[in-house]
Amino acid sequence: MIQSLTAEKLTVQRGSRRLVENLSFTVKAGQALSLEGANGAGKTSLLRLIAGLLPAGAGSVTLHEGDTEISEPEERGKYVGWLGHHDALKASFTVSEQLAFFSKLYGREGDEIALLGQVGLSRQAELPCRYLSAGQRRRLALARLLASRRPLWLLDEPFAALDTVGKALVARLIALHCGEGGLVIAATHESLGLSNETLRLGNAVLKL
Amino acid sequence: MTPFLALLTRDLRLSVREGGGAVLALGFFALVATLVPLGVGPDLNLLAKMGGGILWVGAALAALLSLDRLFQADYEDGSLDLIALSPLSLEGAAFAKIAAHWLSTGLPLTLLSPILSVFFGLSGSAVIALTMSLAIGTPAVSAVGAIGASLTLSLRRGGLILPLIVLPLLVPAVMFGAGMVLEAQTGLTNGAVGFLAAFSLAASLLSPFVAAQGVRLNLAG
Repeated sequence: MIQSLTAEKLTVQRGSRRLVENLSFTVKAGQALSLEGANGAGKTSLLRLIAGLLPAGAGSVTLHEGDTEISEPEERGKYVGWLGHHDALKASFTVSEQLAFFSKLYGREGDEIALLGQVGLSRQAELPCRYLSAGQRRRLALARLLASRRPLWLLDEPFAALDTVGKALVARLIALHCGEGGLVIAATHESLGLSNETLRLGNAVLKL
Repeated sequence: MTPFLALLTRDLRLSVREGGGAVLALGFFALVATLVPLGVGPDLNLLAKMGGGILWVGAALAALLSLDRLFQADYEDGSLDLIALSPLSLEGAAFAKIAAHWLSTGLPLTLLSPILSVFFGLSGSAVIALTMSLAIGTPAVSAVGAIGASLTLSLRRGGLILPLIVLPLLVPAVMFGAGMVLEAQTGLTNGAVGFLAAFSLAASLLSPFVAAQGVRLNLAG
């Protein structure tokens, strides 16, 4: 179980542009951090950096698990539950096939039906993904996030394309995950629906 | 099921359902093998001499057709991020994708080649040599192709650049592959099979590491 995540003096860089400089923060188990900032402020890049997909321009991100510290990017990635900007669905796969593939890829198996019920897609289980609406695609991505059973959730615009019920579902899942001792960092323009800390990214430098 | 097998079977299924895999490559291969004899004319001696080389080039080009989407499709829809974060290393993922590509193109091309070699009037022993050489050599086409695919995955028209990167690297495969057919036809030992097997083995074992590095670079870009 991850106790906390600390970012120290991070610089987020895209090419030669510095999006964020000298950013430090800590998220403890059971906490949710919401990242806010104008479009292009570097929210997605920061999430990709934390996930280990994007190298840090400077500084470090460390996960603390018991006495061990995990700061190597690819090792860190193995703790990450990722809900990206894209839904990562194949048009010709059915909803249940898509979820089953990712469960197996993440070494988990078995409870796909229950997960689909949890996100309200039970009736669409045998439907090819090409017939899903944007909101339904998002719900399937949420089911996949749950299936990964990773402690650190990195969510990029988790409320995008969802209806009111869907947004409430996301807030409930985040609260549930935090309740079980998980960590959540979400880039969003909306409230996560629970008392969480907010980190605001300015256009070039950090403003807390 | 292990993550490796999960990715392998998923890629196989995709190649069957979303097309661009076996059927397209087989169709292209069959058309090349039909058009060349029509263009060259009914000189069986000449056709038999050219057959091994033409069929090898045709098979290599056919296998390249679907290679540009090997990583690109997953990159564009975000699946590649999730694969990179999965318990499977990127090297393992690249190997699974290469294996799936070979099973869906290289293997069917190999199995089709004896039928197409009829157009070139190849002798029985030459047909066996051709089929053997494709069975040994096509894994190298998928493996070396994966390197090109990993480098061009973020390019919109990557499919056009890919052959320029990959084809020069496939010179040994085409040369020794056609060499095996020549050996069967002339009876002169040239040792092509050893070189082809060595090239194919080295390419299959090393290219997942290179391809994984290419994917890393592109994900970080």
